[in-house]
Amino acid sequence: MIFEYAPAPESRSVVDLKPSYGLFVNGSFVDPADGGSFTSVNPATEEVLAEVAEAGPQDVERAVEAARTAYQKVWGPMPGRDRAKYLYRIARIIQERSRELAVLESLDNGKPIKESRDVDLPLVAAHFFYYAGWADKLPHAGFGADPQPLGVAAQVIPWNFPLLMLAWKIAPALAAGNTVVLKPAETTPLTALLFAEICQQADLPAGVVNIVTGAGETGRALVEHPGVDKVAFTGSTEVGKAIARSVAGTRKKLTLELGGKAANIVFDDAPIDQAVEGIVNGIFFNQGHVCCAGSRLLVQESVAEQVLASLKRRMAQLRVGDPLDKNTDVGAINSAAQLARIRELSDVGAAEGAQRWSPPCELPERGFWFAPTIFTGVTQAHRIAREEIFGPVLSVLTFRTPAEAVEKANNTPYGLSAGIWTDKGSRILWLADRLRAGVVWANTFNKFDPTSPFGGYKESGYGREGGRHGLEAYLNV
Amino acid sequence: MSERVAVRKTYKLFIGGKFPRSESGRSYLVQSANVSLASRKDARDAVVAARAAVKGWSGATAYNRGQILYRVAEMLEGRREQFVALGVPGDEVDAATDRWVWYAGWSDKLPQVYGGANPVAGPYFNLSAPEPTGVVAVVAPEAPALLGLVSVIAPAIVTGNTVVVAASPAAPLAAVTLAEVLATSDLPGGVVNLLTGRIGETVPTLAAHLDVNAIDLAGVTDADLAADLEVRAAENLKRVLRPVPADHDWTADPGVGRMTALLETKTVWHPKGV
Amino acid sequence: MTATTTSARSDLAELGRSETALRTFLHGLPGVDQIGADQRAAQLGTRSIKTTAKAQAIDLAIRMVDLTTLEGADTPGKVRALAAKALRPDPADPSCPHVGAVCVYPAMVPYVAEVLRGSPVHLASVATAFPSGQAPLEIKLADTRAAVAAGADEIDMVINRGAFLAGRYQEVYDEIVATKEACGAAHLKVILETGELVTYDNVRRASWLAMLAGGDFIKTSTGKVPVAATLPVTLVMLEAVRDFRAATGRQVGVKPAGGIKTTKDAIKYLVMVNETVGADWLDPDWFRFGASSLLNDLLMQRTKLTTGTYSGPDYFTLD
Repeated sequence: MIFEYAPAPESRSVVDLKPSYGLFVNGSFVDPADGGSFTSVNPATEEVLAEVAEAGPQDVERAVEAARTAYQKVWGPMPGRDRAKYLYRIARIIQERSRELAVLESLDNGKPIKESRDVDLPLVAAHFFYYAGWADKLPHAGFGADPQPLGVAAQVIPWNFPLLMLAWKIAPALAAGNTVVLKPAETTPLTALLFAEICQQADLPAGVVNIVTGAGETGRALVEHPGVDKVAFTGSTEVGKAIARSVAGTRKKLTLELGGKAANIVFDDAPIDQAVEGIVNGIFFNQGHVCCAGSRLLVQESVAEQVLASLKRRMAQLRVGDPLDKNTDVGAINSAAQLARIRELSDVGAAEGAQRWSPPCELPERGFWFAPTIFTGVTQAHRIAREEIFGPVLSVLTFRTPAEAVEKANNTPYGLSAGIWTDKGSRILWLADRLRAGVVWANTFNKFDPTSPFGGYKESGYGREGGRHGLEAYLNV
Repeated sequence: MSERVAVRKTYKLFIGGKFPRSESGRSYLVQSANVSLASRKDARDAVVAARAAVKGWSGATAYNRGQILYRVAEMLEGRREQFVALGVPGDEVDAATDRWVWYAGWSDKLPQVYGGANPVAGPYFNLSAPEPTGVVAVVAPEAPALLGLVSVIAPAIVTGNTVVVAASPAAPLAAVTLAEVLATSDLPGGVVNLLTGRIGETVPTLAAHLDVNAIDLAGVTDADLAADLEVRAAENLKRVLRPVPADHDWTADPGVGRMTALLETKTVWHPKGV
Repeated sequence: MTATTTSARSDLAELGRSETALRTFLHGLPGVDQIGADQRAAQLGTRSIKTTAKAQAIDLAIRMVDLTTLEGADTPGKVRALAAKALRPDPADPSCPHVGAVCVYPAMVPYVAEVLRGSPVHLASVATAFPSGQAPLEIKLADTRAAVAAGADEIDMVINRGAFLAGRYQEVYDEIVATKEACGAAHLKVILETGELVTYDNVRRASWLAMLAGGDFIKTSTGKVPVAATLPVTLVMLEAVRDFRAATGRQVGVKPAGGIKTTKDAIKYLVMVNETVGADWLDPDWFRFGASSLLNDLLMQRTKLTTGTYSGPDYFTLD
């Protein structure tokens, strides 16, 4: 019998979208000084969701000023236990409004509702909950008896996990006693603006959190503002390098969480069915819009055929389509620009002689879509084995020995994450020691937790987010 | 009977465990001695030597690294008078020796203090451990010549990094003499590489070098040069330690900051099941 | 899987001749990571099956039910009533399909056979000294032959878990082969009692052992130990039948039994079948639910979908 799942759409009615949004500065929504704006669209339908203010230099100035004042007058002097209580409040409101936030995230970003609902939002709330508890325990965090906050943090976040990246940035900053000016990505500003409302609902003192929306220019104005003490950026390595140059010679402390080209290494003694799940989760989770995605599959040659057959069979089960359908596994590509990049690199892969395969799947006519794709016959020399595609595209390479696997895995300027699949414990530890990557998932992949430090080696950036380590980025240590 | 004619020492570079002259054949007169004037090529050679030493040094046991750093202290203690003769105050030599001892003890403790288990909300073993970042370029403080130098080298190498150090141009003799100490302390060749000469000549090469993982600008006094070096370092996102203020008290407790700044944290996950 | 070629097929047939060969093969199967399997099962459990898909799933699930009673207190009257319900689960609605089979103890088979004679509903019986299997082999085989002679066309046997856990795979294998032979034309379902095997690695090995020995179905549980069917155990068994067919060309059915009480549970299993082994197994010939109270919940949900009104237990027969 053919078992077709009927559409199971999550209701949009839980979200109350306004036609337009201002900037969140000093506790209120304000119009931008020069009245500029842009629109945020639903990438699954290309429908305009809302008009959003574009912050110019004057707006950034106002926001930094508000953050500075709040730092000096309110948040800096506030006892840690009280900062903690505000963060706990925020965590609770996020839990209470999680369905609303999840639906809005899927609308604005294109990610499947099951991921925004079951992954992003629980992690967002957990992150605030975790760092709330640090706010009054900083002397015990291992950074000396009386570690001090840095001041005003400028934070620029990407579009792949809009609210989760906001949580990763804002929660530790506030716990440590800093105030923030955060710029969400221009294609996904809406959950950050809803978060601003949550700050109001929590009665967070004005100016502690400021949200300035805009594109690259807004981000540049923010990170280059002389009144900023700390810059935290998650995004492309290219922009990360530009930011590193721009803070050169200043007092600004910088942390960067950038690109990756992770190897997911499968040995012949791996638990194959779970490894296949891990490969799928590694590259098709969140449409592959994941800096730590397992975008290079390194499979031991002796099991390559078998693993690929299983992988293809499994990929044929992926349900691509309406992000709000509860049964969707792979949603929309976030933007036309990103889709163009994925197409371009995939075409390069095919042109360079790799074999391209996608399961049969019908893509919607409107919106930005890309079918889950694998390339076999890829070598280290192929561009698709070296460049971050940031989409649902997997490059498959083979290896013969553990040493060759390590060599190939490390043969990249990136060093964010890696995966290992084998039933042999000592081999896992041997590899984990040698892989130059900040996160190593053994017999699992793409797992995140607020207590677990995340961040890269080499050109994947520096500093860690999450855990005790994540506090360091926001303290003068 | 005439007075004995002293045997003078030639102060050379220290690269890969050997003491070569600058490939440029140049030297400069400083502290009444001819000291090698390192070239950009020497800097590149030093990086190659440092990179080659990473695998063995970072792969050595923490206990072994600690023993070797302690051995450095032993050797330095025995050469105290030699440094005094070069003009280094005895107190400073003692402080430098003690600093080696202090850092030696960190080798097998820092991973415990700085890493640990993370209580993730799921059936996973999750452990974070620090690892050396790799090759570190270091600009030694201009002064104090010995204590400053030791205070930037020891924290970098104790955790398993290898270094290319640009010595203080005005006081390189203590640095080269320290290299002689290191060469006789069981420290594998290439773990510490020393360049003498002009900061402005070798350090920009190191800052831009794509096979260098981090740069410590401790001894850079020119703010514009420091900013320029930081810009160059951004090319491959080197970890950057900014210049240390000239009035810094190098005798104070150094804390762990110089070590942790040159570490990567690696977090490993594994499911817990039957 | 480890063996996918034609020559491998004949090799597989040889495995049962040697304890060493069996062990080498079973221990050479890929391991199962428990957490990964649990998560995959949980993930499939989040599928949202609504409206037409739900109606389709409910009717399929009803057709897959092995309506079961395995009590010391079973009587001819009790099992006749059960058989009648199997034929017409919802007397008020003739469009409601019949169940897959009725499952009873061997002594009850003749009474059920009277009711089911000439119907498409199968008659299953647990044999082989169910549920412990702790009886001499001759008695277990006699038990099987008696049940078949009395009219059972499906036999649910239990494997010798003691022998399996002690590593005596040959013994387990030989018992299954002998029971299969005693079944004659009747289908053989092999109960692994996964709650006693505990690890998924064991479940995978036992699944292959049962299939290699000729079982037509592999079944999770007797329902008589604390842990019965679970989604991840069924997932591991489905992977095994999938891989076994790829290696040998022979299709084997799967029957989770025990603890599946609600429509929601049943649909999770069907989703798992759909996305693990596909349409070929979405048929009562290849997938069954060993259950009793599940049927009434399926009927209640079915009525809700057709009438739009939530029903209650008073409106469905208790048998």
